[in-house]
Amino acid sequence: MADAPVHLKYTTDHEWVELNGDIATIGITAYAQESLGDLVFVELPEVGITITSGDDFAVVESVKAASEVYTPVSGEVTETNEELGDSPEMINENPYTDGWIAKVKLSDKSELDEMMTAEEYQEYINQLEA
Amino acid sequence: MTNTPTTPDTRKTPFYCCHVEEGAKMVPFAGYMMPIQYEDGIMREHEWVRTRAGLFDVSHMGQCLLKGKDAAANISRLTPSSFRKTIDGRCRYTVLTNKDGGIIDDLIVTRIDEETFYLVINAACRDKDIAWIKDNLEGDVTFEEYPEGSALIALQGPYAVEVLKELLFHKTDIENLTYMHAMPARLMGEDIMITRSGYTGEDGFELSLPMAHDKVQQIWRTLVQHADVKPIGLGARDSLRLEMGFPLYGHDLDDKTSPVEADIAWVINKKNTGFFGEDRIRKELENGAQKKRIGIKLTEKGVAREGSTLLSPDGKVIGTLTSGGFSPSTKQAIGQGYVDTDYAVPGKTVLVEVRNRRLRAATHELNFINPRTLKPGA
Repeated sequence: MADAPVHLKYTTDHEWVELNGDIATIGITAYAQESLGDLVFVELPEVGITITSGDDFAVVESVKAASEVYTPVSGEVTETNEELGDSPEMINENPYTDGWIAKVKLSDKSELDEMMTAEEYQEYINQLEA
Repeated sequence: MTNTPTTPDTRKTPFYCCHVEEGAKMVPFAGYMMPIQYEDGIMREHEWVRTRAGLFDVSHMGQCLLKGKDAAANISRLTPSSFRKTIDGRCRYTVLTNKDGGIIDDLIVTRIDEETFYLVINAACRDKDIAWIKDNLEGDVTFEEYPEGSALIALQGPYAVEVLKELLFHKTDIENLTYMHAMPARLMGEDIMITRSGYTGEDGFELSLPMAHDKVQQIWRTLVQHADVKPIGLGARDSLRLEMGFPLYGHDLDDKTSPVEADIAWVINKKNTGFFGEDRIRKELENGAQKKRIGIKLTEKGVAREGSTLLSPDGKVIGTLTSGGFSPSTKQAIGQGYVDTDYAVPGKTVLVEVRNRRLRAATHELNFINPRTLKPGA
């Protein structure tokens, strides 16, 4: 499994966030995509909607099951990864880069402070697998 | 992302250690720890079975025997099928029905000889099936369950026959075995029973292995080491059967649903009388049922799952999806469900409700690809 990149922040629900100015890019982690298996469909949020930390804002579907993706941050969805419409497998292949799900204009940057660092997240996964 | 909780009281099949060795993701299923998938994942496992040969551990399923002079009469009363004139070695898919004509379980019944019938029943239904059968036996017949830990494996796919031939002592016999027939065989020095059957739509076999665990594990390892064989988990087992339109008990069949509604009326023998639920089943055969099982395919992007409401194009509720997922072979979202009989013909436009959205879909034959099994013999 790919190591969790150090410049991202992580949640216990296996989402990641990358911060650029006041825009947060959200995706799911390598651990998440591996647990789900081959993805066949991603339901993206609508651009322009306002989401609140903890909302399920996207759904990833594997052959077997549908799983909600929860946003760890609040704000307005400014962009979604339209390419996932035709190529949901991009999340399996590159969960931390091409497989991003949505970008959110943050209303409260401090929400990121509650998230885990790569090192903490790695430790968290190790505990789950132990 | 949520994790499925595990229950502590789950049992292990004889192949548990083999699954773990091969990197399976183990999940609790019907009281057993079972492989949901191996390292390749559901999609590749599914494709492997359709193009090569997949090995399945189905030891969680119940194996039992009905024995005695009245065994045929009993099995012909417990199911709507007739086994009175069945030839030795013939396997039939059928259902156990209750007094109201609902389905207690679906199963495969094999006539070993005139007085011996071999039943393979679903793991999740095992206790209730056994209780029901035992309570309803009449005359000279005994019921016996294989011991806990008995091994049952399935080898499925276009290469299955070639692979099995390499391992068997009498190689030609297996080629001549007709679809839905059983035969005794010797495998690696042991007496086993082979049926040419399965639940994937591919040609293949189920092997009942009544020997010690180290021996059956050796057979498993020998098979998976074959270049054309990979172990296949429950995930692909489900997507394979869904593409074929086969029902899964507890999802597509239940104790309220009749074989006519389930569109498996072909299990009912016209001349068989006195079976459980006959009144309702005969009536439905004659007058039709209110609802019927049919295939559903989405015609726009998305995936619909079990429990989704099915609606007519003008928004009237017409039924429910009882299984739904993605078809790796046809690369589309498919499923099956029950709809008002008016809609139970292929090609009707319908809507499926998915998370408060209505997706366009169409009714379809139950199967989405043609079976690759051989023609059933007499």
